[in-house]
Amino acid sequence: MLRAGIWILALAAFLALPHGLSFSQQEILVFLVINILLVASYRLLTLTGEWSLGHVVIMGVGAYASALYTKELGIAVPLSMLLGGLTAALVAVVLSFPLFRMKGFYFLIGSFAAGEIIRLLWKRFREPFGGAKGIKGIDPMPDFSVGFYRFDFFEPVSYYYFAGIVVGVCLWVLWRIEKSPVGLTFHAVHWQDKLAEASGVNLRAYRTLAFAIASGFAGISGALLAHYVGTINPNSFDVEVMVFVLTWAIVGGTATFYGPILGCIALTVLNEIVLRELGFEQMRPLIYGAILIASILFLPDGLESLVQKLLRRKAAPAKERVAE
Amino acid sequence: MTTFLEIRDLTMRFGGLMAVDHLSFTVEHGQIHGLIGPNGAGKTTTFNMISGFYKPTSGQVLLRGEDISGLKTHEVARRGVVRTFQHSTLFAELTVLENALVGTHMPFRPNIFAAIVGWDKEDRIGAEARAREALEFFGLDHLAGERAGDLSHGHQRALGMAVAYASHPDVVLLDEPFTGMNPEETRRMMGLMRNLRDSGITILLVEHDMQAIMGLCDTITCMSFGKFLAEGGPKEIRNHPAVIEAYLGGARHVA
Ligand SMILES: Nc1ncnc2c1ncn2[C@@H]1O[C@H](COP(=O)(O)OP(=O)(O)OP(=O)(O)O)[C@@H](O)[C@H]1O
Ligand SMILES: [Mg+2]
Repeated sequence: MLRAGIWILALAAFLALPHGLSFSQQEILVFLVINILLVASYRLLTLTGEWSLGHVVIMGVGAYASALYTKELGIAVPLSMLLGGLTAALVAVVLSFPLFRMKGFYFLIGSFAAGEIIRLLWKRFREPFGGAKGIKGIDPMPDFSVGFYRFDFFEPVSYYYFAGIVVGVCLWVLWRIEKSPVGLTFHAVHWQDKLAEASGVNLRAYRTLAFAIASGFAGISGALLAHYVGTINPNSFDVEVMVFVLTWAIVGGTATFYGPILGCIALTVLNEIVLRELGFEQMRPLIYGAILIASILFLPDGLESLVQKLLRRKAAPAKERVAE
Repeated sequence: MTTFLEIRDLTMRFGGLMAVDHLSFTVEHGQIHGLIGPNGAGKTTTFNMISGFYKPTSGQVLLRGEDISGLKTHEVARRGVVRTFQHSTLFAELTVLENALVGTHMPFRPNIFAAIVGWDKEDRIGAEARAREALEFFGLDHLAGERAGDLSHGHQRALGMAVAYASHPDVVLLDEPFTGMNPEETRRMMGLMRNLRDSGITILLVEHDMQAIMGLCDTITCMSFGKFLAEGGPKEIRNHPAVIEAYLGGARHVA
């Protein structure tokens, strides 16, 4: 009952949010929704204990793939997005062969190198990737109407609703995976890979599975971006964006599903609304760096730890935590 | 009839060191089989080879006649050979129940698509029932919601065995399950192991606690410096001159 109320409230907030915002703020809202999917998919990868520096490039794989499928093969836009996600997942499976020979720090460096190689390929091959200039004039999402609402994708509000629904469904799937026995196995692989192995868990398969799923959803977020902005190039997915993703995840915390999302929202609000109003947005990397250091020093468990404290105080007698 | 578990000429060389040197013995189905020897004799290394953590330098491990040496750990586990660890190795951050649920990975293999759509209800119910059964078997059911890392030492060791038990193993390899236990905990654990054997599970046990070994084992294999030394029932081993010599020699060596 209470749950249903909260969901209805959240839905109302989602629908009402863009109204009363300026055009540029509405645009930011679209990016925020896309970035939420990006950072939530990143968390799934971190469940198995691996942190990658190639996630944003994988997002780019989805963006390039979806853009090219529409341009070269004439595939309709929403379907191309799905195929873009699949392509990103497939690329991840291929990359997993060299990458999962490494662990921890070496995996981090290896994933960075793999990402740079992919970016180099985009730059090097004019056909079909467009070289350093990238791809321009990517097909937009075609307008359509669902009776009571007309999606006009020239308007950011329409795209915000569309992306919001896509991201909502993706988050739901990610949530279901995390709360399933598969998610528990990811945790097991992270905390004690030896014991997991002795319990019959195929470590390689599960690491690859997490990598592929995370990459697939990152690819969908990239496709959402590509068909909104209409132009992408290798620099849209460079390491600076990756640093933002890491900052969102670390500032928000990665122990809970909502932690990274919280970090993404908080920093976007701070950055786009507060800093932009003050005219500081040029200093974004500097300020992000400062926030990252401050949060590691003063809030090592992320924003989520504040929420957890709040919730715990409410539900005073801690209930027995039982796996679903 | 093929033997149940046969170790044949198993050898492990670490550089110049022969940790295990052409070791052979067989384990009968339904027994508690002890593997003893002074420190550094190669017992843990033998376990690591049987369970697939190490690939033997040479030799074979035959399970019902099938050579399983050189298989990966999870492949060995899927054939029914499940190990526990010398030190309490658990998913410390997860709850006791979640630990046992990981143990049900093999009988209830997760399927990601079924999990997303929600078609795995029966499997989840089955897995939880099996996990709770395992906890009950080891007297841990009242701790199901605790964080595994917060348990007492004795309970942690029992949970390690519960995780193994939850997977329906044919053979469990227990590496020093009694270390750090007080006499009361040891006595209880011995009872649990007999129950385990009586439920049809074969146990291969490495242990230094001679009282526990002598009280539990149907057959004991003694090794020293990686080599087979003697084998027999508790009485024979206790009075075996070579065994006494190995342990006294070891003691003198340590002193
Ligand atoms: N990974 C390794 N690399 C090199 N040497 C090793 C390795 N593992 C074990 N050894 C050596 O092999 C020998 C046998 O070790 P092992 O751990 O199997 O003995 P153990 O019988 O289990 O001893 P304990 O009773 O002390 O547990 C020892 O000399 C040990 O130092
Ligand atoms: Mg040992």
